[in-house]
Amino acid sequence: MANRYSLWSLIKHGLKHHESWQPAWQSPTPRNKYDVIIVGGGGHGLATAYYLAREHGITNVAVLEKGYLGGGNTARNTTIIRSNYLWDEAAQLYEHALKLWEGLSQDLNFNVMFSQRGVMNLGHTLQDMRDIERRANANLLNGVDAVVLSPSEIRDIVPLMDVSSKTRYPVMGASFQPRGGVARHDAVAWGFARAASELGVHIIEQCEVTGMLIDGDRIKGVKTTRGDILADKVGCVAAGNTSTLAKMAGIRLPLESHPLQAFVSESLKPCLDTVVMSNAVHGYVSQSDKGELVIGAGIDSYLGYGQRGSPHIIEHTAAAIIELFPSFSRVRMNRQWGGIVDVSPDACPIITKTRVKGLFFNCGWGTGGFKATPGSGNVFAHTIANDAPHRLNAAFSLDRFASGHLIDEHGAAAVAH
Amino acid sequence: MLRIHCPYCREVREEEEFGYAGEAYIARPAAPEEVDDAVWGDYVFHRKNPRGWHWEQWQHVAGCRKVFVVKRHTVTYEIAGSWTLAEGKALYLSEEQS
Repeated sequence: MANRYSLWSLIKHGLKHHESWQPAWQSPTPRNKYDVIIVGGGGHGLATAYYLAREHGITNVAVLEKGYLGGGNTARNTTIIRSNYLWDEAAQLYEHALKLWEGLSQDLNFNVMFSQRGVMNLGHTLQDMRDIERRANANLLNGVDAVVLSPSEIRDIVPLMDVSSKTRYPVMGASFQPRGGVARHDAVAWGFARAASELGVHIIEQCEVTGMLIDGDRIKGVKTTRGDILADKVGCVAAGNTSTLAKMAGIRLPLESHPLQAFVSESLKPCLDTVVMSNAVHGYVSQSDKGELVIGAGIDSYLGYGQRGSPHIIEHTAAAIIELFPSFSRVRMNRQWGGIVDVSPDACPIITKTRVKGLFFNCGWGTGGFKATPGSGNVFAHTIANDAPHRLNAAFSLDRFASGHLIDEHGAAAVAH
Repeated sequence: MLRIHCPYCREVREEEEFGYAGEAYIARPAAPEEVDDAVWGDYVFHRKNPRGWHWEQWQHVAGCRKVFVVKRHTVTYEIAGSWTLAEGKALYLSEEQS
């Protein structure tokens, strides 16, 4: 590896005034043909390419990205990682991802700053608490760590939170997943890109797919802004823009693209060392390593591809956060942005083959894709390499919208979507 | 913030007064007994989700509570117009055919 990152390499390059570092990944000119093309250079797409090369020995792979790496939802989310989903299929898929997160910095030789600071999901009503008990029990049966906390236990972990009975929606308890946490989103994209590039994967930025080359019932390649590129297999991992790609292949998907907003505050001294999420007042907050409060909430109700959101959503989110943390009312917000999330009818992803042979889709992650990045790439690489789903994503095929075997995580998962 | 014209109240009001009610004019299978699960799945779950002009239903929740149709661009959020469901349908169908 040209740049093996270690204390030794830091000293070695330091002695050369840090002028001898190589680029983390190569920017090659596209070949005419690849074994596999991945459309979308976000975390999921790069992870797919990495696992194709590492676990399946398929290194003649290109990742096509229309903008720059990790410029979409990978860098627009609130970086929360958890696996406390209710239903078996979802819990096992996200738990697979969480286990990969736990060794990811070592695997990639890149510090993704994965911090298992715990994720807390608050309950504000009796029904919330029943749901929390049920979900925590379901999690334990699936081997996912979960504890149920009382308000006084919450106060011990998060002293700043108002858990008194005086608030409009008093906090009655919470579920807590100690192994959950956050990671640095940019580092995830860069780490996967670097490791994939090292294994021979071509990462091609500024290359937008404008059409699909289909011969009969088989994919032959893609048309791009940098010319036609042939491939035996094409995997699309394009989040909010998936429907547009599917339309090029004449496929309809059960997706709707919505803007989802987030914002960060000015940097504060450390005051919140876990992730707090609330369904009922609807907001979530954590503190980044830079000290910013990272805040997010719900999607805009309507379809939208403009990467911005409605101002009134910001108002509702801020109100929810201040309800929980009155002391944050004086904190100034620095930046606000929106990402386009592809929401499926059951709030679960679609990782699937299609009726076009060799064309695969990995989409529908909606508001919660970041946490699944390594797991998503891992099972999607398996699906592409073997032309058959991995055990963990067999239930997430497109067929479920005809058979009716939905995995209903809307509301069942720890946060409303 | 979208500003939406309600064809019943005949007033332009702010987005917060309205509720989004999904893609408009999704045709229910004409012969429900004869079509297979795939056709029903398409009707229930699959959506156009276009990057561009979109015909969509809105309800004036905090006003007259009636449902009407809006043609809106999903990238620029520009609104071409709003109509009652019946008025809009003729326009929608003529656009679909062209």
